[in-house]
Amino acid sequence: MIDITDVDLKYGDRTILKNLSLRLTEKRIGIVGSNGSGKSSFARLLNGLVLPDQGQVLVDGIDTAKNAKAVRRKVGFVFQNPDNQIVMPIVEEDLAFGLKNRGLSKAEQAVKIDAILKHYDLDEHRNHPAHLLSGGQKQLLAIAGVLVMQPSYVVMDEPTTLLDLRNTMRISRAIDALEQPVIIVTHDLDLLSDFDRVIAFDQGRILADDTPSAALKTYITAMTHA
Amino acid sequence: MHDLYRPGNSLFHRMHAGHKVLCLVFAGSTIFLVSNLITLIAALVMITFCYRLAGLSLSDAYQQLRPVVVVLLLILIVQGLIHSWTLGFTVIARFAFLLLAAGLLTLTTRVSDMITTIESNLHWLRPIGVNPGKVSLAISLTLRFIPVMRRVTTEVREAQKVRGLERNLPALAIPVITRMLKMSDDISDALDARGYDPH
Repeated sequence: MIDITDVDLKYGDRTILKNLSLRLTEKRIGIVGSNGSGKSSFARLLNGLVLPDQGQVLVDGIDTAKNAKAVRRKVGFVFQNPDNQIVMPIVEEDLAFGLKNRGLSKAEQAVKIDAILKHYDLDEHRNHPAHLLSGGQKQLLAIAGVLVMQPSYVVMDEPTTLLDLRNTMRISRAIDALEQPVIIVTHDLDLLSDFDRVIAFDQGRILADDTPSAALKTYITAMTHA
Repeated sequence: MHDLYRPGNSLFHRMHAGHKVLCLVFAGSTIFLVSNLITLIAALVMITFCYRLAGLSLSDAYQQLRPVVVVLLLILIVQGLIHSWTLGFTVIARFAFLLLAAGLLTLTTRVSDMITTIESNLHWLRPIGVNPGKVSLAISLTLRFIPVMRRVTTEVREAQKVRGLERNLPALAIPVITRMLKMSDDISDALDARGYDPH
């Protein structure tokens, strides 16, 4: 469970999030909002990449401001642009990066890497340079790089924005198959139709927090008349 | 180097990267002590045979020499005309051997193994404040982001071309640097998110 209590977030003089309180317990949660609404900052709050100026974010009782390292072990984060998330030159090496940081032995790393490469159909690309993968394969690798560390939660910041329809569907299926609770920031409203909960942001505040159909209706109405 | 590695399970692939580097240093030094052309040709045949042992083709071996064939021919001609043709062939045989040996190392060694070797051999620099982990990460990131930088540069150049701006270095450099700085922020976040601890 992720608890957000009375959170304020500012970048300089600019208020990004204002007096935000939420409890995230559902398995599939979608976050929508216009550009600059604070949704990506909200996602970064959840694994301690950004810390609140006021208030508290607790992940299974762990305060992101007090133990960000422990929180990051629990909350995997997938960035919008996989090119910025894949940090090693070769596919297999990139998957090993997070495991090495966790202190796993080479044998333990190999077992987990084998399994995740097979699961995401990337096995034949194991020794390929990451930059030669297609956009969809890169995003799958970015997701695999996070999931190989077996986080308790997965947060994704616009994982399909840079992808074509085929790859968007591929990523969508990968998300559907995840066992962990997933929190996704997206502009792709179709992606959220089967979700348990959708939260819409507008100017740093919650515009709607409901089932997908109700929340998206409020969001679309607000954006249409803005 | 980032896309030269050829996967395999040969003796050369299985050898420790550090041992391969030592072999390269030893062979590279020894070859300069050899001045007998027949011995040098034998060494060339042997290193080419090593390519086959490593499961690589003769074409792979030739690819290591191809970029410098013209330079080698020029050296041969200059040495041949100034000194003797035997000396010319001796000099280019040594260079060719070195290139083939270095190529064999690159083709059979993963970047990660090379970086691990560099990292483990830099521990003696810790007392003077050098963190080997940071050095190896810097090398990995450099290798990873060279193609990304190339792509960003191409994108910016194309965007400028369609707006009528042809060759203009400052106009190209400023947006590329700005994008790379933004990218470096994201990469830094990604390293944090994936549990990287520089200590």
